[in-house]
Amino acid sequence: MTIEQISVIGAVVAVSFGAIGPALAEGRAVAAAMEAIARQPESAASISRTLFVGLAMIETMAIYCLVVALLILFANPFVHLH
Amino acid sequence: MNRGIGHSPFDLQVIFQLGAIPVTRPVVITWALMALLAIGSRLLTSRLRLHPGRAQTALELLVTTIEAQLGEVIPDGGLSFLPLLGTMFLFLVLANVSGIVPGVQAPTAHLETPAALAVVVFLSVQLAGFRRHGFFGYLKEFAKPSIFLLPLNLLSELTRTFSLMIRLFGNVMSGEFIIAIVLGLAGLLVPLPLMGLELLTGLIQAYIFTTLAAVFIAAAVGTTSPAPANGKEATT
Repeated sequence: MTIEQISVIGAVVAVSFGAIGPALAEGRAVAAAMEAIARQPESAASISRTLFVGLAMIETMAIYCLVVALLILFANPFVHLH
Repeated sequence: MNRGIGHSPFDLQVIFQLGAIPVTRPVVITWALMALLAIGSRLLTSRLRLHPGRAQTALELLVTTIEAQLGEVIPDGGLSFLPLLGTMFLFLVLANVSGIVPGVQAPTAHLETPAALAVVVFLSVQLAGFRRHGFFGYLKEFAKPSIFLLPLNLLSELTRTFSLMIRLFGNVMSGEFIIAIVLGLAGLLVPLPLMGLELLTGLIQAYIFTTLAAVFIAAAVGTTSPAPANGKEATT
């Protein structure tokens, strides 16, 4: 396999496996927030604000994987650009 | 391979040369946004009155909201950081949202702008710590629970700045990237929901960046040991 093919496979693996963890974590966070809102509907505003910030934090992990994948695809140090 | 799905997000487009210095597109957009903010706030605050009109009321609401948020994060002396963090928040909101304007690409979607902002946060955290604790007092804070944690504390100081940079860059850039890909697949109206999501993401990221900067500063100026906050924030 050439370096290009290996890089594409590496990018796919990085994003796909890197998305698993944040997906599970976001699911748990939303489930917990739903439960909290169902129990205390009056504090829904502050819960959902905190939830959004928390989700953005969790999402960062997936974003890291995306950045790594894009680095592999676009700024690969092992591929000599013409 | 590099032209398969559009421009690389790491490429920089040089617009013109200023002597020997190449001026890139994000720099031009950044300066335009800075001019917009500076002239706008100058115009809005030049005629402040006791009985405010519409614009002044909106402005006062904005400033007092940011002030209240900062006061919650930095309990003592949060007001002295209002100019820095408030300006940072306003600039980030404008910069993240500016990608929605046709022909403009958000400057935070390139690695350089978030890197510069993260360096500003890093330096102001250190400066705030030195000012509060004194030179050796602040250095001593790094070895607070035990001297063995000194390398870890120093490392977390760097990694959290790095993650601050990558978080902002990755979120804004990936949003624009996904819009570009969807636009390539299906043209009219299909990317609209994604653009709405991108607006929301931009606002949230501006809020998170500012809040985290405030948390770091609060940990540096805090009277208690900053070590637990350091350890917690390094992982976010």
